[in-house]
Amino acid sequence: MNTIICTAFFGVVMMFFGVFVKSKKSPKYAAIIGLSAIILLNISELITGNSFFQIDIHEMLHFDNFNLLFITIALSCTLIYFLLSGSEIEKVGNHVGEYFALIFFVLCGISIAATFNTLLMLFIGIEIISIPLYILTASDKRNLKSNEAALKYFLMGAFSTGIMLMGIAFIYGGNPAASFHIDKIQLGIGKMPVMIAIGLLFLMVSMSFKVSAAPFHFWTPDVYDGAPTVFTSFMSTIVKAAGFFAFIRLFEHAFGVIQDQWQHLIIFITVATLLIGNVTAVFQQSVKRMLAYSSIAQAGFMLLALFALNGKAKEGILLYSAAYSLATIGMFGILTKMEDFTIDGFNGLAKEKPLLAFATTVFLLSLTGVPLTAGFQSKFFMLMAAVENGQHIWLVIVAVLFAAVSAYYYFKIIQSMYFKEAKTSGIVKLDALSKPFNIMLMVIVVIILIIGIYPEILIGWMYH
Amino acid sequence: MDIKAYIALSLSLFIIGIIGVLIRRNAIIIFMCIELMLNAVNLLLVAFSKMHALSPVAKASLDYASDAQIFVFFIMVVAAAEVTVGLAIIVMMYRNVHTVDVNFLNRLKN
Repeated sequence: MNTIICTAFFGVVMMFFGVFVKSKKSPKYAAIIGLSAIILLNISELITGNSFFQIDIHEMLHFDNFNLLFITIALSCTLIYFLLSGSEIEKVGNHVGEYFALIFFVLCGISIAATFNTLLMLFIGIEIISIPLYILTASDKRNLKSNEAALKYFLMGAFSTGIMLMGIAFIYGGNPAASFHIDKIQLGIGKMPVMIAIGLLFLMVSMSFKVSAAPFHFWTPDVYDGAPTVFTSFMSTIVKAAGFFAFIRLFEHAFGVIQDQWQHLIIFITVATLLIGNVTAVFQQSVKRMLAYSSIAQAGFMLLALFALNGKAKEGILLYSAAYSLATIGMFGILTKMEDFTIDGFNGLAKEKPLLAFATTVFLLSLTGVPLTAGFQSKFFMLMAAVENGQHIWLVIVAVLFAAVSAYYYFKIIQSMYFKEAKTSGIVKLDALSKPFNIMLMVIVVIILIIGIYPEILIGWMYH
Repeated sequence: MDIKAYIALSLSLFIIGIIGVLIRRNAIIIFMCIELMLNAVNLLLVAFSKMHALSPVAKASLDYASDAQIFVFFIMVVAAAEVTVGLAIIVMMYRNVHTVDVNFLNRLKN
């Protein structure tokens, strides 16, 4: 509860900050201070179990260790994102305070989408996430690519919202208890009723749209490519993880008991996502677009949690959100400093900026899932959850094979950094040398390694 | 009237909306079709709400029967917020390229 109220309030504060404070630098510092305070409030709620705000919410939201820990991860990753890429946000346009305000509103939506207990709150949460993101995508107003990405994202997002609402309406109609509460949906005995089945199908399609799972992924590469790079970094990591969290929460609570009736659909979506994401990423020349496809590929792994739906899957999704968000935020942070976004643009980086090349290597290894990195632990937990599920072990083998495919396109960047010569000098922008940026990169590298060695540091909070 | 008639009406409105989104090329008309989809849902929610309130089985849980009608208001408000952002994006695009045809949007393909 603390997070929802404080992020919404602080978003409004940042809006006024943008109006009354003329300095372009100050919104960033205000946002960092505010977000740190909100993280502390959230951690205090996680430890004590009590919120500062005693509001009767009629069971519309539910707070437990699991979803509070997820919110903490999302907020902490956003703080790291502010510290690493805050200066890039200042360069996007003239309304710096408003960009930060919109990010705070997205965080409010994330907190609602992670704790919803009724389908109404799911809808509100997803919309509060989406609408500010449309604006952030469009924030580079003179750039036609940004315009195109925003329009595509908006039309696709609104379309999938319509489908989701239709699903909600059918589930309400087919539920004799006449309730939107996700724990009170009566699924009947034996096969599910027709209206529930239609609703489930619509909800699955729309949530797949939101988390860009194949075959509903086609908007993702264009939108991620066209949006300003800093905001791509935010929406392909933290927002995506929140989408998955909502997806899993919805299907676990509302349809968990009849999992055997929809599991084969999830298997189809998982395999298609892994296949399309990994195979298409191999052919990309632009690193930004490659990362967009790699985010689809990583979504395939996160879908394994939805396939398994057990305790290990819950731990896995937390680890995966942290590991994937950190590594991708780091990669995008480095990408914003490059002159050339193609893979050849990374040629000879190891000679010119050894530190930058080292950090890139760690991030890419983590994304591939090499042991000792957080990426390995998260993939390991996901696969363990799928094995514990007991059925369809072949899915685990498919996932591992595609993880091997992903090594090809991730290692291509490492290869060009260390083993190729730069054609021109000045492959990175001049301000890449700034000390805070390098320190932040090292902090992310250290966090990735720590989680990779002791994942209990993170998931232990679930059981404290 | 039978609930099936309401389901048929709102599903046909919904499908007209989906077909419109898929085949029309004008951003404003696509947008209108999305609104049509949302309004089909509104109609269906109100119909289901009445159905539950009148059904003899659900008498025990009548406290929830009007939830759907409140849901409709939320959909309207969110749709209004979406219109605000969406029209702003379309106007921004019109200022840059002087058209609202989505076929024009092909810069990101390669």
